[in-house]
Parts: sequence; C-alpha cells; structure tokens
Amino acid sequence: MSTTVATPAQSAKTPPGKVVASDRAVAENRLGQKLVAPAVVIMVLVTAYPMLQALYLSLFRYRLTTPEDKGFVGLSNYGVILGDSLFWKDTLNTVIIMVVTVAIELVIGFAFAMVMHRIMIARGLMRTAILIPYGIVTVVSAFAWQFAFSINNGFVNSWFHWLPWISPQQNWFGDHWHAMFAIMASEIWKTTPFMSLLLLAGLSQVSEDMLEAAQVDGATWTQRLYKVILPNMKAAIMVAVLFRALDAFRIFDNIVIMTAGAQNTESSSFLTYRQVIQQMQLGMGSALSVLLFLAVLVIAFLIVKLFRVDLASARGEG
Amino acid sequence: MHVPRRSRGGYSSPGRSGSRRRVVGSFAALATAAGLLSACGGGGGTPTLIWYINPDTGGQAAIASRCTAASNGAYKIETQVLPQDAGQQRVQLARRLAAGDSSIDLMSIDPAFTAEFAAAKYVVPVPDDVKSKLPQAFKGAITASTWDGKEVVAPFWSNVQTLWYRKSFAQKAGLDMSQPVTWDQIIKAASDNGGTVGVQANKYEGYVVWINALVMGAGGNLVTDPGAGVDAKIDVNSQAGKDAASVIDALAHSKAAEPDLSVSNEGTVLAPFATPQGAFQVNWTFIYQNYASDKATLNDLGWAMYPETVQGTPSRPPYGGIGIGVSSTSKHTDLDWKAVECITSPDNQGQYAVDTGNMPSSAAGYSYGKLTSAYPASLLQLFQKSVEAAGPRPLSPYWSDISGAIQSTWHPAGSVSSSTPASSQTFIQQVLEGKKLL
Repeated sequence: MSTTVATPAQSAKTPPGKVVASDRAVAENRLGQKLVAPAVVIMVLVTAYPMLQALYLSLFRYRLTTPEDKGFVGLSNYGVILGDSLFWKDTLNTVIIMVVTVAIELVIGFAFAMVMHRIMIARGLMRTAILIPYGIVTVVSAFAWQFAFSINNGFVNSWFHWLPWISPQQNWFGDHWHAMFAIMASEIWKTTPFMSLLLLAGLSQVSEDMLEAAQVDGATWTQRLYKVILPNMKAAIMVAVLFRALDAFRIFDNIVIMTAGAQNTESSSFLTYRQVIQQMQLGMGSALSVLLFLAVLVIAFLIVKLFRVDLASARGEG
Repeated sequence: MHVPRRSRGGYSSPGRSGSRRRVVGSFAALATAAGLLSACGGGGGTPTLIWYINPDTGGQAAIASRCTAASNGAYKIETQVLPQDAGQQRVQLARRLAAGDSSIDLMSIDPAFTAEFAAAKYVVPVPDDVKSKLPQAFKGAITASTWDGKEVVAPFWSNVQTLWYRKSFAQKAGLDMSQPVTWDQIIKAASDNGGTVGVQANKYEGYVVWINALVMGAGGNLVTDPGAGVDAKIDVNSQAGKDAASVIDALAHSKAAEPDLSVSNEGTVLAPFATPQGAFQVNWTFIYQNYASDKATLNDLGWAMYPETVQGTPSRPPYGGIGIGVSSTSKHTDLDWKAVECITSPDNQGQYAVDTGNMPSSAAGYSYGKLTSAYPASLLQLFQKSVEAAGPRPLSPYWSDISGAIQSTWHPAGSVSSSTPASSQTFIQQVLEGKKLL
C-alpha cells in the first residue's frame, strides 16, 4: 500500500510552504490527466477554435455578401465599437437588466427556497409549481409576456389599470422604461426558480443543530436569518449570483421577441447577433463577440475575487 | 458445445467474428442506399427542383403541384418554407448561398434584398429567350427586378399599398374621396371626427416602406445612384425628406394616431379599422380578402389611391411582392427556367391572387377569369394603376444597412422632427463607411 505521508528526507529538502505530493498522488494526477485528455481535446476543438477564429475575423473588414471586399483592418473594428455610443448604450442596458433582475431574483428566489425547504404540506406539488417557469422555453415565455403586456389584447392593462401609474391605454412597448420593465419582468419570472434551486442547495447545508442552538440561546427569527442562515450559505448565494449574473448579461431571447431592440432596449448579445447574423458583418460582429466574451470574463473575475467565492465549498467539498 | 476457434495472435471470439460480418453488411447496405439515392437525385429519375418560398396560405405549394403535373415528368418541384419575416428569409437564403448550397434551385425573393443577391451573384440573370416568354410585367415590377441593367428575378406577384377607408367616416368628415387626398387631409379628418389612421410604424422594414413612399411622394429619393453601393449618395436630408418627416410628426402627435403606433404593423391596424374609431389605413392588397367575412366592414370599405405627401404631387405607393430567382448554385438551370415560366404564367399569377390576395405582376395575370369575378373591377383597376405608379425602395446591395440606419433614426414616430432627416443622413453615411455601428 502506498502512503500519502511525505517522508522526512523529502520534507528536509522541501522549501517551507511547498507541499510535496506522494508517489500515489503523482500517479493519480497523471491518470487523471490521461482520463481528462480526450475531453480537453474535444473542448479545444469545439470552443477554442471558434474563439480563435472570431479573434482572427475581428481584424478584418468582412461582409458575407461581399467577400471580395474583405481586407485586413487591424484593430479598427474595436476602435469603431469602443468609440460608438450605441455600444455603450447597449452595454448600459445590459448592466441595468443584469443588476435589477439578479437583485430581485435573489430576494424572491430566497423566499421560494425557504418555502421549498420548510414546507411540510404538499411539498412536491409546491416545489413543482415554483419550478414550472424554469421549465418553459424562454422564447415561449417571452411571447406569453409580450401578449400579457400588449396594448391590444394583454391582461396587464385591464387587470391593473386601477393602479395610478397604469392606464388602460398604456403602451408598454412604446417607450424605453416601460419596455425595459416588461423585459425584466419576464426575465425575473422565468429564471427566479433557477435562483431558488441554487439557494435551496445552500439552505440544506445549514446545520439544524446550529439553528436550534441559536434558538435555545434566545435568538429571534431575524437574528437566526442574519447571524446563522445567511453566513452559512454565503458560498451558495455567491455561486447563484455568479451564475445568474453571467446568464443575465447574455440576455437575448426576451428582447428579440418582445421589442426586437426597439425603444433602445437592445442588449450586448442582441447587438452582436445583429452585426453577425442580420447584417452579415463577420468582422465587426466578431470584434463585438470578442468584447462580449471579455466582459463575461471580467464579470466572473470580479464576482469571484471581490466576493471571494469558493466554488469548491459551494459544492460541499470545502 | 461451442468451442472458440483459436487464430493467430489469440482468440477470435464469436462476437468479434459476428461484428466483422455486421460491418461488412453495413458497408453493403450503405453502398446500396447510396446507389439508390444517386438514382433519385439525378442519375435516372425525375430531377427535383427545390423552391424556397415565403410563407403563404398554400398558393405557392399549389403552383408547385400544378407545374410538376404540367411538366409531364420533366421535373418535380418541391417547396421549402422560409421564415415569416423578410429579413429572416434574407439571412437564411444568404447564408446557404454563401456556403454554396447546391440544393437551392428556385427562390421567392423579396424586393428588399433582390439587389444584394444580384450583386453577390447568388442569382442568375433572366436569359433573354426566357424573358421573351414571360408575361409583360408592370413597370414598377420590372424596376424592382432589375440590377445593373439586367432583370435578375422574374416578377411573380406585385404587392402595392392603397388607401383603405370607411365610406361612412369619409362622408361624415366631408372628404371627397373621388379626388386624390393628402396625408394632412386624412390626419385632420380623422383627428377632428374621432377616427384613427392606421400605418406601419414599428421598428422594422415596413416603417421604411412608409418613409420611402412619403419621400418619393414628395418628389425625392432616399438614395440617389443606389448602384454605387457604399458610395451611393444619400438624399434623406432634402426638402422631400423634411416633407416626409412633417407627415410622420403630424400623425404621431395627433389624436388620429393609434395608441400602439410605435409597434404597429400590417396586422395590428386591421382590428382598429373595424371598430367605430376606424377611419383610414394604408395597407397591402390582401386587405380586401381579410374583411371578406366581416360583411359590415366590407360593405363600408372604400379604397383610393395612396395619399399624397404634398398636395398636387402624385403619390408613389409602396411596392412589394415577390420575384422568382434561380440560384447560381443550382444544378438544373435549364429546368429551373422552364419552371419559372410555368410559375409566373398569367393563369398561375391570377389563381395565386385568388388563393392568397396577392396580386399579379402583369396585366395578363389580372385578366384571369376567377380573379375578375372575385374582386370589384374598380379595385383591380386601382391595384394596377398603383403598381404602375409605385415607388420601389432603392435597389442597393447595402439596402439592409440603409434600412436599418433609417429605422434607428426615425423610430419611434413620435421622435421624428424637422431635424430627423439631417441626423439620419449623417448616420446612414457613417454606417455605410463603416464608421458607426448599426
């Protein structure tokens, strides 16, 4: 049987702070590398190649329907994009949608997670009911909400016109903020269950013993929530925020269906789609997709580093 | 008892032997299937022509069946339905054609991207001998089918917009609809009498169709020399452009505007027109069939020439429709043109109009018996007069960019002012020069 304990001789040669792996660990590591190699090769083929191709294309003026006009333009496409107000407007829209939807989903999702965690009666039915929106295709959900907010046949105006800020003739897709509200409402409705699922996983990791101990010590429900539950599920919360933030930053379907970008409701993904697919500007569109990818990387880095998310502990490995 | 056979290098299990037989069998089956497929594809069977069509109520599929039967086994036409939206049709076809997809033979092509496809050499120009066999199309239809002096698609059906109105409302408002009316007149009449004017002002191609008609109706053009591609002269910032902006501004800020003006399209204006507030709408030829089952609205339905932008200057109604293009990647070009002759025959144009409400592109098509009995004569005359006077959108290979730039600067209609044409012109030029994102 091989040992996992380093020998004294090895320890003597090892600089302070450096952990020396045992023979078994090294062998297991090598085996792991061999086992994962096929997956890595496939991933490189299916993800790295398109990414490198996009990076390459972004340096060209290249329109699909006029291939003879293709020419190397260096970083000019990036210059045009970064100096264009449309890019920054769309980025701002995307950030607003991301921040607002994730914040609201976090609160509602936590409430749903508590319900799913604590409910004693009809637990299966309740959990299913909460999760149904997440099972609906986003495009279908977007159409449903577009009809709901429609000035002609939607129910929102007729049901809620008693509210002072909603008139029976409210055109929800007629101006920027109303259209943004409708888009965010549909996004929140659709993805809050996902948030609640992630938070439910975190809630189930909170020890009942700790909660009972806090209760015995006289802690109120609010104190137990803020002093015991939330600190103990911080990793799960941060993972939920990370996943949803990255997802929300790439919002596309709802906007395409509900406004098609009208009323200045376009997102970064939609702008990229329009350049690459609709206008067939492969060069400019590729530059946008590279920038979108970098933005996603930056958001992931910020959330992981600033909030010190430990993905391993969120999976219960910590 | 079965004993495994020992072979060189080890055991050869029955499983391995069986799998070898299966592999050999699979290759044999594949070879047979490939032979059969090649026979179907063009070796010995009837050649199949694939026709990519825009969605309709079955009119083009019916024509495909009739032409297949009429070919006496020379070819068989199969249809493939494209997306509903013209922009999506363009994207799907262009991506396939750019990739050299040889499965496309015939295409139903919208005028909005005819020039782009012709400039990219995705379509084969109509040969002279074929052109002489096609029915004589209306002037507007030929203009919309021509790129660089060559007819690149065969005109199939020609859509045109007219002014539709409620007779009772026009009478109440005291408008003489037997004479040409202006946009200002109908907006004022509707506004003063509690009515609405239905237009297409969502952020989409239909809105640019309206703007183009307004500009051409004022004697101008959105683009001069559209054949120059990115170097074309943009003429939005002209007196005609300002006249067009003035009409849009007036409607958007009047009581005659429908509440959903900023998201309105051909479909959304139908229902309000049938209500007591319904007064006027500009829309395509299919409207008559749409109200056929609503007798009250149909009996009160009137039609007139598209409104004038400037009083005294004849209007230039919007032109739409479909031309049939032959793909440059097709392997059956000769048969394709025979199929085009059949598809665009006067009888098929006429029957298609009866089936779908989309009118013929030729006077011969309008003579089709069932069509003349299905529509009032005055309406058919108006359609033909309108097509002759129609103002097609500029035939530029960069039309999608120009159209998108116009949509960005003129939408929503409520934001249009006298300064819109100037800002729009600058933006379009910057987009074409690659200096601005669209």
